[in-house]
Amino acid sequence: MENIFTGIAAYIKGLLAGAPPWVQTLGMGLMYLVGVLAFIFLNAIYLIYLERKVSAYMQQRLGPNRLGPHGLLQPVADAVKLLGKEDIIPRGADKWIFIIAPVIIFIPAVMVYAIIPFGKGMIPVDLNIGVFYFLAVASTTTIAILMGGWGANNKYALLGSMRSVAQMVSYEIPLTFSLLGVIMLAGSLQTSQIVAAQEKVWYILLQPVAFLIYFIAATAEVNRAPFDLVEGEQEIIAGPYTEYTGMRYALFYLSEYANLVSVSALAVTLFLGGWHGPWLPSWLWFLIKVYIMIFIFMWVRWTFPRIRIDHLLSFNWKVLLPLSLANILVTGVGIKIYQLLTLGRW
Amino acid sequence: MPDMSALFFWLLAAIIIASALAVVLLKNIVHSALYLVLTFVGVAGLYILLNAEFLAAVQLLVYAGAVAILIVFAVMLTRRGDIRASNLFNVNYLAAAVVSLALFIVITLATGRMAWTATPGQAPAGNVGAIADAFLGHFAIPFEIAAVLLLVAMVGAILLARGGKQDQ
Repeated sequence: MENIFTGIAAYIKGLLAGAPPWVQTLGMGLMYLVGVLAFIFLNAIYLIYLERKVSAYMQQRLGPNRLGPHGLLQPVADAVKLLGKEDIIPRGADKWIFIIAPVIIFIPAVMVYAIIPFGKGMIPVDLNIGVFYFLAVASTTTIAILMGGWGANNKYALLGSMRSVAQMVSYEIPLTFSLLGVIMLAGSLQTSQIVAAQEKVWYILLQPVAFLIYFIAATAEVNRAPFDLVEGEQEIIAGPYTEYTGMRYALFYLSEYANLVSVSALAVTLFLGGWHGPWLPSWLWFLIKVYIMIFIFMWVRWTFPRIRIDHLLSFNWKVLLPLSLANILVTGVGIKIYQLLTLGRW
Repeated sequence: MPDMSALFFWLLAAIIIASALAVVLLKNIVHSALYLVLTFVGVAGLYILLNAEFLAAVQLLVYAGAVAILIVFAVMLTRRGDIRASNLFNVNYLAAAVVSLALFIVITLATGRMAWTATPGQAPAGNVGAIADAFLGHFAIPFEIAAVLLLVAMVGAILLARGGKQDQ
């Protein structure tokens, strides 16, 4: 069980063994890309179902239950419906920006998966700047949302994208700072080493405050309630996505769920010990932990009311940012004291 | 693969130059800003070719990511009614020619006089630690001064945009 995926990877590598080196590099790269895309699509499609079921149980409803056992085929029907919709481009739209925005938002959503350790020896690219790469690539998502809102030439869409810039750019800062504590403890930005360092103690125990800050800031980064002002239905229809239909709309939602999975996967990697766990295969542990994180995200979404924009920003700058800075200071002092006690020197 | 990296270099160079020209020549300021993103991403690609992954990530985070803020300010501060004519040329062709020629000469001289020595062997795998040591050790004071300078520039920009304190 443990070696299913690494076995497949080794088999494909064996097939390519005779080829010139650039074909090997390209082939392995394509294999990782296909693997990551399959992971994203499978998860995203069933996350939509899971979200509807979870929200239904929290509101004492049944949720989708007509198509297939327990409504399990509902996502398939939804996908077919979205594929069949007319692709509308508003006459006043900035046409090219409007058309490519949903494609562009998907690029960083897929790229961040490159550094996620899915299991023992199951990391697509083990970059030595791992976590920083994740943050840098994820930060470009804002531009795609802004492009969608701007291109639609709709006042609600523009308002939504303005909100998204204010929100995502501000919450990026405590998000980054909350990860610094973990990086200081592990002494590395490489995700494989951060996971390896958590073999005995998960960093959620050593960095509880950082985990809390990360969780709040990540909720804001993926635009989920209580921070879903970007697409607050009651105020600005659907924000940047107002004018989108069919597959383009679906791409925005797909990337939103892809981002939900990737921030959960990063939380598991940095705070919950990555793929470490007894008995079960490492990739199954990773998946279980990711789904626990996703469930908490959904739990929060369906139990908290939406926050107001000024509260949102002042909470970020006056609470989260000072708290995350204090966390870095305490962590640094703590590391030095620990070194003094165990090694007898700084 | 030396030939492959040369191919990627020329590809990236073409993208960078074409999108940089688009930034200057397009009339719509939002389109200009979006081409600026493409330029920055191309430069990040060049850094990756040079094995400077950290610098590439910084380039993405600081420059490409910040263009979103640039667009927001462009939208908020443009007073023209028509966005399709928001990034026009002015008539100071002569001054522009002199300044760009001077800049071109300076850059050409600087690159021409530099003694480019190719370091043999592989680039170091992890350069994050070395950069951190340099920033917080030997170059701590210039680093902090640059930070203060940026803060001053930021406060100044906000004051200019708000038009200062009204007298009445």
